[in-house]
Amino acid sequence: MKKAGSTTAKRRLLSGNEAIALGAWEAGVRYAAAYPGTPSTEILPALAQYAGVKAEWSSNEKTALDSVIGASFAGGRALAVMKHVGVNVAADSLMSLSYTGVGAGLVLVSADDPGAFSSQNEQDNRHYARFGKFPCLEPSDSQEAKDFTAFAFELSERFDTPVMVRSTTRVSHSKSPVEVSMPEEPRQWETLPPFEREPHKYVMIPAHARRRHPEVEKRMEALADYAESCPLNRVVWGDKRVGVISDGMAYQYVREVFAGFSFLKLGLVHPLPEQMIQDFASEVDTLVVVEELDPFIEEQIRALGLDVIGKGDTAEVFPTTGELTLARVRRAALQAGLPVEEEAEAPRETAVDLSIPARPPALCPGCPHRSVYFNLRKLKLLVSGDIGCYAIGVLPPFEEMDMLISMGASIGMAHGAKQAGCPDDVVATIGDSTFFHTGLPELANTIYNQGSTCTLILDNRTTAMTGGQEHPGTGVTLQGEPGYQIDIEAVVQAMGVEDLWVVDALDVEGVEEAIREAVAVDDRPSVVYVRGECVFVPGYQRRPVAMVDQEVCNGCGFCFRVGCPAILKSEEVDERTGRPKAKIDPLLCTGCTVCLQVCPRSAIYQTEEQEA
Amino acid sequence: METITNFLFVGVGGQGILTASDIAASVGLAAGYEAKKSEIHGFSQRGGVVESHVRWGEAVGAPTAEKGTVDFLIALEILESARWGAWLRPGAAVLINRQRIAPMTVTVGDAVYPGDEEILEAVRARTDDVTLVDALVIAEQLGNSRMTNTVILGALSTRLDVDPETWLSVIEQRVPPKYVAPNRKAFQEGRRAVS
Repeated sequence: MKKAGSTTAKRRLLSGNEAIALGAWEAGVRYAAAYPGTPSTEILPALAQYAGVKAEWSSNEKTALDSVIGASFAGGRALAVMKHVGVNVAADSLMSLSYTGVGAGLVLVSADDPGAFSSQNEQDNRHYARFGKFPCLEPSDSQEAKDFTAFAFELSERFDTPVMVRSTTRVSHSKSPVEVSMPEEPRQWETLPPFEREPHKYVMIPAHARRRHPEVEKRMEALADYAESCPLNRVVWGDKRVGVISDGMAYQYVREVFAGFSFLKLGLVHPLPEQMIQDFASEVDTLVVVEELDPFIEEQIRALGLDVIGKGDTAEVFPTTGELTLARVRRAALQAGLPVEEEAEAPRETAVDLSIPARPPALCPGCPHRSVYFNLRKLKLLVSGDIGCYAIGVLPPFEEMDMLISMGASIGMAHGAKQAGCPDDVVATIGDSTFFHTGLPELANTIYNQGSTCTLILDNRTTAMTGGQEHPGTGVTLQGEPGYQIDIEAVVQAMGVEDLWVVDALDVEGVEEAIREAVAVDDRPSVVYVRGECVFVPGYQRRPVAMVDQEVCNGCGFCFRVGCPAILKSEEVDERTGRPKAKIDPLLCTGCTVCLQVCPRSAIYQTEEQEA
Repeated sequence: METITNFLFVGVGGQGILTASDIAASVGLAAGYEAKKSEIHGFSQRGGVVESHVRWGEAVGAPTAEKGTVDFLIALEILESARWGAWLRPGAAVLINRQRIAPMTVTVGDAVYPGDEEILEAVRARTDDVTLVDALVIAEQLGNSRMTNTVILGALSTRLDVDPETWLSVIEQRVPPKYVAPNRKAFQEGRRAVS
């Protein structure tokens, strides 16, 4: 991959995700694959803009990593991108990839979510690097996100190893200045040379795996030596009364809270530069480690026999749970008696006691999941849920989800509950993208074992929660070009489900009837395929808005139970019931008619086309 | 790092908060500061609160400010101006778009949306520098409610020592060509509304 000779340099504000994409491209990545997941989602769309790289949405994270492994073995630099829990899905291949090593450079971006802003847990994926025995780099801003990603490809080839770049929500979704120098001539796509066969390296049968394992151990030793001189680890000397070791976004908080003191900023967090740490510790009076989530660095430093203030052996100083913030780092430092500045003076205390209503997430106006959760609440079923916007079904006004744990798990959990003898009627709810992700093998299992659960596949024609990405069911590629569209209905039938109902998501009674009938099938699996369209799908057709006839509405409040942000309480109160009447915000309403269908007094009507 | 200016943009999903904060951060960079910005996307944002931090300074570490250090709170929704009161620095400026968006908790009757005066009283209890802008109304009069955020940026620009042309050139880069002229107008109207 040769860079074009002439470049134009300028400083731009980029998100960490945009910077990772740029770094990968500058390193000459040929192939990139990802499954969308917050906070990693924006990396692939950013990379797809560049010429000379093949970037794809994969059906799940394991498929993404497997494809990237093939690309690397074939001699092309390759990038796999996923959120932290996605690495769990890909871990089967990742652990043995450590044994095979790579062909051309292979980089795995793991975007962790401390604070669980948009995730089911806040696991610390630095452990994967130690567990799998490969290096892990941690950028702390967008410039580093670009530089470290490019560097990771070099490291991968030099040490014949996969390299993990660990980002976090705050790195991925913050913008900071990046020196951008784009070659003026776009890179051309070139075919690779023929595959170089090396079965002892790339075919992990037991005999080969046993021979590769010592290579992995040797590699880690070499990397540990290299860590001591790695340019990504650096010392910033200041006041030596306190020396702070930190990594990733934690470094940015530390820089401000411990301004003026000494820092050891780690960019390569596995393996750690032990001698560098020893030397740094010997120069400072008090050694502090500040890192987000687990005491990953701290425990290894303690194992070196060094005394350190961190998350502590017993009493926690710096928190192990949740995202760090300037305030949390400062408070912990003060609590530990460290010489940092006091917290900012609070603004003058308010004597006004204002109760501020919470603003929990809600299904959008027009959301095709609304009719399903409205009916599930009505039917009082045991609901096994999955990852996606429909997880909002657990919140008011539906409160109709009883379990949710990971991608695709709804079908297996429902099946197991029933097989174990749960007397309730059990349904699984799973979205279209999630169905292709890991729902397929789970449904195969239920069908094979003739489980009696009902699976509701909620198809909204997109991967909605992460912002509307394409998937095998939409048949459109990452670049917006035609791919092949897999028909969910045909797949379910081909797998052997005879009891299949296909319903329109906006037909409230139709959805209810289908669920009732499907749940009544109690000796074999059934599927209700609910088809609708997310309001954010390009080309979504709004229909004439609904309005409330104030003469007819008596404020019964039934329409509020569909949980639509467009339905409001009006100022007008019904004289007889004393309850506020409903009104509809015409700017928010999409004309889905779900409220109109459930109103017991037929007080809601759809305006004519010309009024809309 | 004494010289950092902290902005906090708050409101409800869909109000253009991320675009507004993106523009403010880019203006900071164009004006010669180190600038960072940060926000959260994803699950919590479906109809929920949106907050976006912007920081300008000679050296900026964290992309998010600390409670009690925000210099400018820009609330695209009036109730949200009260939610973030504890983040203000003493004497901070608060700019509020007079628009009410009822959360689901209010719609279903679990909570009551306070009156405008009650909300403003709570904000004024924190700082005297509170400016109410009819940004939504102004944007609608200019033909597009989606320019509400540009109007409020115009109002904000009067409080900062950066050439309005710098703001306008960043806005021009951010909006599609056919919306450049109306957005210029919206920005200028925002400036006029508070002068």
